Amino acid sequence: MQETLARWQFAFTTVEHFLFVPVTIGLAFLTAMLQTSWYRRRSPEYLRLTRFFGTLLVINVAIGVVTGLVQEFQFGMNWSSYSRLVGNVFGAPLAMEGLAAFFLESTFLGLWLFGWDRLSRRVHLATIWLVFLGTILSAAFIMAANSWMQHPVGYVMVNGKPQLNDIWALFTNPVFVWGYAKVVLAAITTGAAVMLAVSAWQLRHGGDRDAFTLSARLSLAVLVPAILLAMLVGDELGVIEARFQPMKIAAAEAQWTNCQPCSFSLFQVGGGNNDQTPTELIAIPHLLSLLATNHWNGAVSGLTPLNEQYNKQFGPGDYVPNVFIQYWGMRVMAYLAVIVTLVGVWGLLLARRQKLGTSRRFLWCATWLVVLPFLMNTAGWLLTESGRQPWLVQGILLTRNGVSPSVSTTWLVISLTVYVLIYLGLGAVDLMLMLRYARRQLDAPPAQQDTDQPVPAMQY
Amino acid sequence: MGFVTFWFILIAVLWTGFFVLEGFDLGVGMLHGRVGRDDAGRRAVINTIGPLWDGNEVWLIVAAAALFAAFPDWYATMFSGMYLAMVLLLGALIFRGVSFEYRGKSQDERWRRGWSLALTIGSLLVPLLIGIALGDLLAGLPIDASHEYTGTFWTLFQPYGVMTGVMLVAVCVLHGAAFIAMKTTDEVRTRAWRTARRAAPVTMLAVLAWIAWSHVQAGGGAFLNLIELTGCIAVIGAAWEARADREGWTFSLTTVTIACCVVTLFTDLYPNVMISSTNPAYSLTVHNAASPAYTLKVMTVIAVVLLPVVLAYQAWTYYVFRRRVSAQQFRPAAAALASPAPPAAPAPPAPRAPAAQETSAGPTASQGGKTWKQRRWTPW
Repeated sequence: MQETLARWQFAFTTVEHFLFVPVTIGLAFLTAMLQTSWYRRRSPEYLRLTRFFGTLLVINVAIGVVTGLVQEFQFGMNWSSYSRLVGNVFGAPLAMEGLAAFFLESTFLGLWLFGWDRLSRRVHLATIWLVFLGTILSAAFIMAANSWMQHPVGYVMVNGKPQLNDIWALFTNPVFVWGYAKVVLAAITTGAAVMLAVSAWQLRHGGDRDAFTLSARLSLAVLVPAILLAMLVGDELGVIEARFQPMKIAAAEAQWTNCQPCSFSLFQVGGGNNDQTPTELIAIPHLLSLLATNHWNGAVSGLTPLNEQYNKQFGPGDYVPNVFIQYWGMRVMAYLAVIVTLVGVWGLLLARRQKLGTSRRFLWCATWLVVLPFLMNTAGWLLTESGRQPWLVQGILLTRNGVSPSVSTTWLVISLTVYVLIYLGLGAVDLMLMLRYARRQLDAPPAQQDTDQPVPAMQY
Repeated sequence: MGFVTFWFILIAVLWTGFFVLEGFDLGVGMLHGRVGRDDAGRRAVINTIGPLWDGNEVWLIVAAAALFAAFPDWYATMFSGMYLAMVLLLGALIFRGVSFEYRGKSQDERWRRGWSLALTIGSLLVPLLIGIALGDLLAGLPIDASHEYTGTFWTLFQPYGVMTGVMLVAVCVLHGAAFIAMKTTDEVRTRAWRTARRAAPVTMLAVLAWIAWSHVQAGGGAFLNLIELTGCIAVIGAAWEARADREGWTFSLTTVTIACCVVTLFTDLYPNVMISSTNPAYSLTVHNAASPAYTLKVMTVIAVVLLPVVLAYQAWTYYVFRRRVSAQQFRPAAAALASPAPPAAPAPPAPRAPAAQETSAGPTASQGGKTWKQRRWTPW
C-alpha cells in the first residue's frame, strides 16, 4: 500500500512539475532570443514582445520553482530507504544542481525582472541568457541523476551499497547524453508551441499584427528544427535504452516473444498488461528492428524470455513493466510529434508566402496545437519512468524496497491529498493567469522621444 | 579536519546563509501587511525584497540537497521522520513563493488580500517549522537502531524545538523590520521603525532565553562560549539600536545574532547530527550518517569553486538594488502628479550610490508624470 501511494504521489507531483519546467526552459530561450533581437536592432516591437512573453515566463517560473521544492523533499520523505542507499551517488548531482543552477537561475531572474532601469542594455541582456543557462544546467544535473537510475554507472558495490567512484561517468552515461538532449529539445519545442499559440490567438483576435507575426515566425523557426531533432534524438535514445533496459522497449511494443526482424504495430486492440495476443491492426515490417537497434534485421528480445532471464539473474519475481502505459506512451508521443511537425511545416510555408498572419485555419490549428507538447512530454516521462519498473534503480534496487519504513499509510494519504488540492488549485490559478496575460493587449509602443529612456523594471 | 567535518561545517554555513538572508525576507513577508498598510505601501515593502528573495530561498534548497549528498542518512531520517511537519512546511513555502509573483497580477482587492494572507502566514510558518525541526535535532527524537524515526507527529513539538522556532520567528521579525526601514522611505519607513521598536525587547528576551537553554541542553558548563556570548551581546545591541531608530546598525546586529544562533545550534550538535532519545547509541553522527570519502571529495571541489562565485553575484545583486523603494512609486499616476513626491532614490542612508545613477530612476523622475512608461509598462 505504501509503495502504491508513494508511487502515485511521485507520479502526480512529477508530471505536474514537468508541465511547468519545459515552458520555463523554452520561454527563457525564446525571450532571450527576442531580447537579443531588440539589443541588435533596437526595434521597439522586439522590446514589447520581450516584456510580453517575459511576463508569461515569470508567471510560469513561480509555480515551477515551488513544485520543484516538493520534488527535492520527496526523496527523503517517501523514499528514505532509497535515499540512504544511493544518496552518495544520486544526491551529488542534486547538490550540484542547487549550487550551479538554482542560484544562477533565481538570482539572475531577479536581476532581469527588476534590473531594466538599473543595468546597461548589454548586462541586462546577459542576465536573461544566464537565466536560460541556469535552466538548462538544472536540467543537466537532474537528468544525470535520473539517467543513473535508468542505467547505473560510475559506482562500485561495497557491502551491498553502491558507492560513487567516478563522477564523470554520470555525465558521460549514454542514457544521460541522449536523454538530456531529448529533454532540452522537448522543452524548447514546448516553449515555442506556447509562443506560437499565443501569437496565433493574438493574430486571430486583433492583436498587434506586425509584432505577433514576428513572434509567430520566430517560434516556428525554433519549433520545427527542435521537434525534428527531438525525434532523431529520441530514436537514438530508444536504441540505447533497448541495450540497457530491454524490458522498456519490448514493453513499448508489447513484444512478448523474441523476434528478428521485428515489425512495428501502428495500432492494436487489446494487449493489456497480461494479454499476450493483441490484434495488431496495421503492422509495418522491420520498423521496430530499425527503431530499437538501428539495423534493418535487428533482433529484439521479447518480454517473456527477458522475464525468465531476470528471474535467473535477480531471483523470482515479475519484472515486466506496465505494458499498456509503455505501448500507448510510445505511440502518443510519436504520433503527436508528427502532427506538431506537420503544423509547424505548414506554418513555415505560410510564412514564406507572407500569409502567416492571415490564414485563419492555420492560426486556429496553431492555437490548439499548444496542448500537444504537454501530452507528449507527459507520455514520454511515463514511458521512461514506468518502463524502469519494477526497478527503482535498474538492477540495484526494487521500487518496493525504496520506500520509507517509518512513514505510515495515513501520512501518505494526508500528504497526497494536500498535494493534489494545492497542485490543482495552483494549476488552475496559473492557467487562468497565463490565459489572462496571454490575451492582454501588447503594450503600446513608446513615443519617439522616449526610445532612449531607460525601460522601467517589472515589479511585483 | 576530515571531509566529514568540513561538510558538517558547510551544512551549518548553508543554514546560516539561509537564515541570515531569507530571514529578512521572512520578516518582510510577516510584516508587509502591517508596515505597508495600504496597497501602495504593501507593494513598496514587497518590492524591497522583490529581486532578492528567490535567490535567498535557494540557500534552503542547497542546504537540503547538500544534506542529501553529504549525509544521506541524516536527510533520510529527518525528512521521513518529520513527515507531516515537512508537508506543512512545503505548503507554506509553496503559497509564500507564488504569492510574490501572483499578488500583483490582478487589481481585484480580494485577490490581493488573499495572497497577502498567504504571504504572511507562509512567512510565519517557515521559520517556526524549520526552527522546530532544527531544535529537535539537538533535543533528541525517538530513533531506533536502524535510524528510523518511531515517534508521531506530536512528538516533534518538544519544548526546546518549539522554543527554537519561536526564537527564529522573533529574530526574523526584527531582522525584517530593520530591513524594511533600511529600504523604504517616508511613512512606511516610520512604521517599520515603530514595529522594530516594539519587536526589539521580545526578540531580545527570546534570543537570550534560547541561548541559555541551548547552553544547558548541550551541557556546556558554567560559562557561555564565545559564539553564545557574541549572540547575546549582538541581540542586546540590536534592541538598543532599534530603540534609537538606527536601522543600519539594528540590521547588522540582527545579522550577527542570527548567525550566532544557527552556529550555536550546530556546534552544540556536533558530532551528532540527530540525537536519539531512545538510546544515545542510536544517534546519527557525522560519521555514521556521512557519504563515503569520494563523494565528499567531489562535492568539496564543486562547493569550493562555486560558492565564492555565488556569493559574488549575490552580493552584486544587493549592490544593484541598493536603492530605497518608495510607496509613492505605486500610487496611481494622478496622485503622483498631484503631490510632487520625492523620487525613489535620494534618501540619506544610501551614501555610496553614485549620483549619476540615481537621477533617471523611478517613474516619477520624468517630468510631467504621464509618460508612456507609467501608463503602459506597469499596469499591475
